[in-house]
Amino acid sequence: MSHNEGRLSGAYMTPGVSSFTDFLRLHDPSLLPSGRSMGNIASTSPVEVPHGTTIVALKCADGIVMAGDRRATMGNVIASRDIEKVFATDDYSCIGIAGTAGVALEIVRLFQVELEHYEKIEGVLLSLDGKANRLASMLRSNLGMAMQGLAVVPLFAGFDLSEQTGRIFSYDVTGGRYEEHDHHSIGSGSMFARGALKKLWSPGMAQADATRIAVAALYDAADDDSATGGPDLTRGIFPIVTVVDRDGYRRLTDEELEPIIRELIVSRTGDSGGSRGAGGDR
Amino acid sequence: MSMPFYVSPEQIIKDKADYARKGIARGRSVVVIQYANGIAFVAENPSRALHKISEIYDRIAFAAVGKYNEFESLRVAGVRLADTRGYSYDRKDVTGRGLANAYAQTLGTIFTENPKPFEVEIVVAEVGESAAEDQMYRLTFDGSVADEHGFVAMGGSAEAITAALSQTYTSGLAFPEALQVAVAAMNAGRSSADPRPADGDSSDLDAAMPDAGSPIPAGQLEVAVLDRTRNRRLFQRITGDRLDEVLNSLK
Repeated sequence: MSHNEGRLSGAYMTPGVSSFTDFLRLHDPSLLPSGRSMGNIASTSPVEVPHGTTIVALKCADGIVMAGDRRATMGNVIASRDIEKVFATDDYSCIGIAGTAGVALEIVRLFQVELEHYEKIEGVLLSLDGKANRLASMLRSNLGMAMQGLAVVPLFAGFDLSEQTGRIFSYDVTGGRYEEHDHHSIGSGSMFARGALKKLWSPGMAQADATRIAVAALYDAADDDSATGGPDLTRGIFPIVTVVDRDGYRRLTDEELEPIIRELIVSRTGDSGGSRGAGGDR
Repeated sequence: MSMPFYVSPEQIIKDKADYARKGIARGRSVVVIQYANGIAFVAENPSRALHKISEIYDRIAFAAVGKYNEFESLRVAGVRLADTRGYSYDRKDVTGRGLANAYAQTLGTIFTENPKPFEVEIVVAEVGESAAEDQMYRLTFDGSVADEHGFVAMGGSAEAITAALSQTYTSGLAFPEALQVAVAAMNAGRSSADPRPADGDSSDLDAAMPDAGSPIPAGQLEVAVLDRTRNRRLFQRITGDRLDEVLNSLK
């Protein structure tokens, strides 16, 4: 790498580039996920690598809640019981990932640096739309790998400081960006989680209720999708739940989550379908 | 065709150094000062948008005096270097020392190779787990580096401010006291400075000090801290009501 020469030259001193990704493209493209040559991997069958599973995000009165289960699978094997798939991307946004875990984690790391870099160079935060578009272009540059079976699909959400509201964005592998209005879920268990969210969510919910619903939707996803992990009380592994509101990003601690999860499990005991009439989730 | 005059290398270096020194001496001052929970940066800066003090990385910040376009390009290069290093290795592997070395090499090369040296002086500061691990590097236009402790003053009245600070500074001050000590020293520096007329070629923040001699108005103070009690990104600007509150708390 040329920064080993000791002096800052060339790309470092180029004016006008506030994007870290654009800077790397000028200076050292091999550091970018899209800058790597895949060789002749395309001719072989898809590699067995860990996959992340279910993420849910929903709006509440003061912002958004995003939650993810903790399982990564590799075929029929559980690759990880305690993987983290929901991350803060800056003070006012978060991202959840599904798909090829290795590639997704790298994209998240690059995206985090991208947002912080812009903030430091320009002295202001990117708008939430700006962040969402930036993520779309990073996914678009990963399309080659997606076509080879290493797809990444994130769910991005944050608090829009100019509109003073929480917003959720979903993506496809080609970098398509879609704003979701109330709630959304991605990953292998998303069908089941989305069904649960549809029945449990209501507009203008309090943050505490939204948190309970996020955990319940993940529970339902784990119930029917073998690749989604439920809360594991014996090991003390709980889903990751984050909230973003006008005070910024916050991840709930295990101490805050444990009573919510115990309450959910008690309400499901003897009511395995989680029917609402039997005093279940609501 | 006439032969060019011979100019000795000593003379070239001396002329360049004088030129750079003159440019820096025209500028308003910046003080970087250690306090109990971190490092404070205080600059006299009439602009709220064009900063002299900036965040580089989690524990590292940058302060500069001189020509804005020149130190701005160094600041941006520093952010790029830090982010690239942190991304390709780990956030822990970005150090103030590494950054100071890169700046020293860069300034040194520019000083010897370019006809016009950079008219800048910068401080790279990294806050440690304790005050004993704090690092402050002062870099001058020719690429020389000095490892400083306690406080650093740069800019037009650097000598007067350093003299004042060496009387009043003690280690382990709380932030409001440290800020007061720094501002008092900067005011002392101003009153000892000659009022300088605006200089035609100075396009930036330091163009003129028409009101030299009077204390710096609170609205022209740019203040920031590297606060070791914060989480991850330790840099924080102190502006508006918070700055007034801190400045008034000791009156």
